[in-house]
Amino acid sequence: MANNYQHEKKTSENSIRNFNINFGPQHPAAHGVLRMVLELDGEIVDRCDPHIGLLHRGTEKLMESRTYLQNLPYFDRLDYVAPMNQEHAWCLAIEKLLNVQISYRASLIRVLYCEIGRVLNHLLNITTQAMDVGAFTPISWGFEEREKLMVFYERACGARLHAAYFRPGGVHQDLSDDLLNDIMDWSISFPKVVNDIEELLTENRIFKQRNVDIGIVSKDEAFDWGFSGVMVRGSGLAWDLRRSQPYECYNDFEFKIPIGKNGDCYDRYLCRVWEMKESVKIVQQSIEKLSMCKGDDVLVRGKIAPPNRVDMKKSMEALIHHFKLYTEGFHVPKGEIYVSVEAPKGEFGVFLVSDGTNKPYKVKLRSPGFLHLAAIDHICRGHQLADVSAILGSLDVVFGEIDR
Amino acid sequence: MDESLKDLNDFLLSNYSEDIISSNIEHDHLSICIVFSSIESITSILKLNNICKFRTLIDITAIDFPSEEKRFTLVYHYLSMQQNIRIRLKSSIKEEQIVPSITKLFPAANWFEREVFDMYGILFSNHPDMRRILTDYGFQGHPLRKDFPTTGYLELRYDQERKKVVYEPVKLTQEYRRFDFMSPWEGEGFVFEQSDEVQEENKENG
Repeated sequence: MANNYQHEKKTSENSIRNFNINFGPQHPAAHGVLRMVLELDGEIVDRCDPHIGLLHRGTEKLMESRTYLQNLPYFDRLDYVAPMNQEHAWCLAIEKLLNVQISYRASLIRVLYCEIGRVLNHLLNITTQAMDVGAFTPISWGFEEREKLMVFYERACGARLHAAYFRPGGVHQDLSDDLLNDIMDWSISFPKVVNDIEELLTENRIFKQRNVDIGIVSKDEAFDWGFSGVMVRGSGLAWDLRRSQPYECYNDFEFKIPIGKNGDCYDRYLCRVWEMKESVKIVQQSIEKLSMCKGDDVLVRGKIAPPNRVDMKKSMEALIHHFKLYTEGFHVPKGEIYVSVEAPKGEFGVFLVSDGTNKPYKVKLRSPGFLHLAAIDHICRGHQLADVSAILGSLDVVFGEIDR
Repeated sequence: MDESLKDLNDFLLSNYSEDIISSNIEHDHLSICIVFSSIESITSILKLNNICKFRTLIDITAIDFPSEEKRFTLVYHYLSMQQNIRIRLKSSIKEEQIVPSITKLFPAANWFEREVFDMYGILFSNHPDMRRILTDYGFQGHPLRKDFPTTGYLELRYDQERKKVVYEPVKLTQEYRRFDFMSPWEGEGFVFEQSDEVQEENKENG
């Protein structure tokens, strides 16, 4: 860490100079590539200025020159901790503009994988936050479970991370019974792992000392800074898009929304733990529901999805359609739409402007982490240097989605 | 949700008709176009009025229409958690116009406005910290403008001899591929080249 002297403050006894340090960009607690310039008064943070954009890839610019289908994989690369939740927002935006209704089975599969994504995300967040404050064991336990979930991803779509599984009009392929059984088995054994991790952390003296009453966000602050997801629920606001503005088939599921009380890092941790338990319930319910609609097509076989394989071998029209879909792509009617989903980190939104061609005219990706990180200067002021990493951990930032 | 959006639309139209150019309700959003000069006033009404209560700023962005006189359209999204409704505010501005910042009302606007400045070059007045946010230190140009090439102008690499990272003009080993996949039957402005004979035949027939 490079440091230099700046800003002189005179006291009656002698002059004290504030200290500027660079936190990151290569710092294990920066959760990616974040450079933060901290101005310290002794050990108290006076100001913190995050420099973001080190992972900026120009996703929104790239999307303007690609077709709707080609754009889908970019969403995996935003929040790469829970890729499918992002794809979901993109697919919903296109489907709403085209006024397409997807099959119930596809809808259930989407819910299933979104909740798996939520568990993936919270497992990573809780355990890395624990590591930021000095606990090493949870991360190795959490990653074992994450690995199992990655295998479920792989078995559904062939890729561990960059899935490209949700498609406009449904999901790419149907799930096998074997896979569903294995996910069910996992969902039965998983709560024990959560309890084990909780045993290590929830009542742990060090973990509580580092997190309780640190980084308190009041309700008003949560409004002012545009927070969403766990960041508002931790502060006691009962707001979850799955409930308040239901999308997909979340209305058919029974689950609870955990709410915090104090809005500190510890409450946010507790919210995430409870959300994982609720997600497991949704996973189990969706597998049950999936067994009722076996054999239904998971894609709307119209203009926006490829024809099925058998048709393609026999029908000339199907072959032409397949070729046109993967070269020209489909056209989306003129219009504007903003669609948001409850991603694990908060409200992930897509603002899509279509001009009626096969490529989007403009796309704006609204990532929750961008706003959460924007408030870090406000939250960190007056805290100790060591609290910065605890707060950063509980904000749940991933630079894929912040820098875009 | 549509009912409350309609009520809100009526309320806004009846009280602030001179600020609003047009409004419509689509895809669970009330979308209103307002005149440039009333961005600040309408924003504060949306936040503070008891009927609106839009306390969460969702997003600020812009859209570039290079061929139009008012080149940029600013787009604001707000959410009211109490009323469970969403609104979109749009306003067209000219390229050189400076937009009043709303950071006083919504601290969250700080980074969004920086991003709009970075990506489109739109300046905001009374903004506490108008710096670039996502692009590189010392970056030139505004990438999301339609006249900015996707490849950019500069590339960087590590120079073995000088032992540092150097910036150079972009050199592409292969031409940047822009496929025009628009169907020849539906493509914009596509004119069939017809031979004179065919044209005469058409005249005779038609």
